[in-house]
Amino acid sequence: MKGKIKIIIDGKECWAKPGQNVIDAARDNGIYIPSLCHVEGVKPAGSCRVCNVRIEGRNMTACTTPVADGMEIENDIPELNELRKAIIEVLFVSGNHFCPSCEKSGNCELQALAYRFRMMVPRFPYEFPIKGVDASSKYIYHDRNRCVMCKRCIRTITKDGKNVFAYSSRGGKHLHVVMDKELAAQMTEKEAQKAMDICPVGAILKKERGFYSPIGQRKYDTEPIGSDVEKNIDHLKQKEQ
Amino acid sequence: MTKKITIEPVTRVEGHGKVTIHLDEENNVKQTRLHIVEFRGFERFVQGRPYWEAPVLVQRLCGICPVSHHLAAAKALDMIVGAGTGDGLTPTGEKMRRLMHYGQIFQSHALHFFHLVSPDLLFGIDADPAIRNIIGVAMEHKELAVQGVMMRKFGQEIIRATAGKKIHGTGAIPGGINKFLSPKDKEYLLNGSEDFNIEKMIEWSQGIVSFFKDYYKKNKKFIDDFSWFPSNNMSLVRKDGAMDLYHGVLRVVDHDGKKILNDVDYQNYTDYVEEEVKNWTYMKFPYLKQLGPEKGWYRVGPLARLNTCDFIPTPLAQKEFEEFRSLTGGKPNGHCLHYHYARLIEILHAAEVMRDLLNDPDLMKGELTVKGEKSFEGIGLLEAPRGTLFHHYKINEDDQITMANLIVSTTNNNIPMNRSVNIVAKNWMNGQAEITEPMMNAVEVAIRAYDPCLSCATHALGSMPLEVSLYDAGDNLIDRKRT
Ligand code: SF4
Repeated sequence: MKGKIKIIIDGKECWAKPGQNVIDAARDNGIYIPSLCHVEGVKPAGSCRVCNVRIEGRNMTACTTPVADGMEIENDIPELNELRKAIIEVLFVSGNHFCPSCEKSGNCELQALAYRFRMMVPRFPYEFPIKGVDASSKYIYHDRNRCVMCKRCIRTITKDGKNVFAYSSRGGKHLHVVMDKELAAQMTEKEAQKAMDICPVGAILKKERGFYSPIGQRKYDTEPIGSDVEKNIDHLKQKEQ
Repeated sequence: MTKKITIEPVTRVEGHGKVTIHLDEENNVKQTRLHIVEFRGFERFVQGRPYWEAPVLVQRLCGICPVSHHLAAAKALDMIVGAGTGDGLTPTGEKMRRLMHYGQIFQSHALHFFHLVSPDLLFGIDADPAIRNIIGVAMEHKELAVQGVMMRKFGQEIIRATAGKKIHGTGAIPGGINKFLSPKDKEYLLNGSEDFNIEKMIEWSQGIVSFFKDYYKKNKKFIDDFSWFPSNNMSLVRKDGAMDLYHGVLRVVDHDGKKILNDVDYQNYTDYVEEEVKNWTYMKFPYLKQLGPEKGWYRVGPLARLNTCDFIPTPLAQKEFEEFRSLTGGKPNGHCLHYHYARLIEILHAAEVMRDLLNDPDLMKGELTVKGEKSFEGIGLLEAPRGTLFHHYKINEDDQITMANLIVSTTNNNIPMNRSVNIVAKNWMNGQAEITEPMMNAVEVAIRAYDPCLSCATHALGSMPLEVSLYDAGDNLIDRKRT
């Protein structure tokens, strides 16, 4: 493979572009490494830790680790999957996730991961935090109770070059993601939709258009999250032949 | 000094209920009360939530008729998004919702009749509870039990085809619906299989109406005399007086058939209906303002609907309606157990409506939603399986719900249910200072006629034990019986 370096994921020989991070390299080889915060093409944040893989005995976040020639990576192993499941459970209990009435349900990556890792009941006690809601802007309903602090919105959503979302401690010891009311007020409907789409969960919602995708036609109604990546295997094989 | 008898919880009604019977020194029934644990927390939960979440959130009130809450909330929110009241939607939006609703009526009524009522009729209310249940029906009347299961399933499949899921779907959204009827579902529901298609449902619906009429012929005295009292009757009716379970104007007729609320726009319901609070129950007691709490109470549900409407707009049900009406000389019917009869006529009507809608091309094409000028308050009423259901919301500038008021069917039927329990207790209790099995059964049968969903919560069918406690004049427990 010209210009590519060899890496091994779960014993399988894979080819990656030099400088590529492990998560993207895996995806290009039809291997799904779960993540909540990673967005292709956006500087990785390593904030959700769901993409934890084991490289030479150490747990590393696959989104922030660049590939190296001959690198051996463990991904789909019971120990790591259990760890990922625990992280997902932590995210559930540290927010207020009432999926039944959440319009992101079916399109939500956190929920989809919980299904993929067969989470039943979280092993940790629910915190029921009060994180508040900011409904003040015309097109965005920002429900911080569902925020998983993935920083996707912080990294991608801008208005006139300025970040609409930012971390804030708001005087307390806990960090929150807050929305700049003035910038948010200037956002167009389309920009609001983009913000909703980038949010892996139901924390950023575009106002007034709830529940438009019918059950059965939502993103994860028929296939588990990651299936699109894994299905690529056949496609890649054909390409190789 | 009085003696108090407590029956709790009431089995085979959804949710929890408790009956207390107060006796005087001579063991005459002095007072009865049906205590209902109704959890009104939903009105609080939705505050602060974005309004478009309400139809999906509030349907969790109930596992038996979630569609009613889903649609009543959606109807209220139609107002908020400027889509008018019920008749302002696109044909696709309105008809898909109607199909969902009649599917819900069909499945809920089927569940109630086959699972909860048929054991009483087939085995008699004094029969051993060990056989007087749906399992007993399945063992001894297999055909009927199979029909019950299939009819309920049919209603649920209608709901799935319109709301996306058999229970707690998302179909109705403010201003319309989020999907069309798929060609696959249409075919499945029209011609699924020999025993699963809409014509079969109509046939079976006719069958159970006949079944009840036969039973009635043989047991007229029991059915008629079980618990009778005159009352006002409330329901929505179509503008022309036809039965319409999805949308209409609000009508109340008195025991004589006189219209005391004459087809008013339900948007002004607060001008006509008030809710009274009593110190012995969390449940409120709605009444018509013009008549006051003493005289203004009313019945809702199948019996009330057959008492208020002028006709049923489908031919087979209309025929049954005429026969039903003739029993009381065209006047409103006050026999508690005729709720069952009325419910079965509604099953037939629902089946006919479903057939018409399934064949309607509007469900498969056109615009799904409409939007108009936004407003900040919305009221949605519909006829849920158990009776008139009110949803009322207010929102703020930020699209958050600031107020929600729900009057559920069971609340509307609060006084009639109490009356029925009182009558039955008087008939079966007098002179006895102990709890008898037949009396317990009778109380249960009376409550069940209204098909109350007592706590608006989901419970396993028939799995709750019945407990009766008897207190003497000094409030000491002297007897307790469990089934
Ligand atoms: S954001 Fe996702 S996980 Fe949270 S309530 Fe909504 S659907 Fe559930």
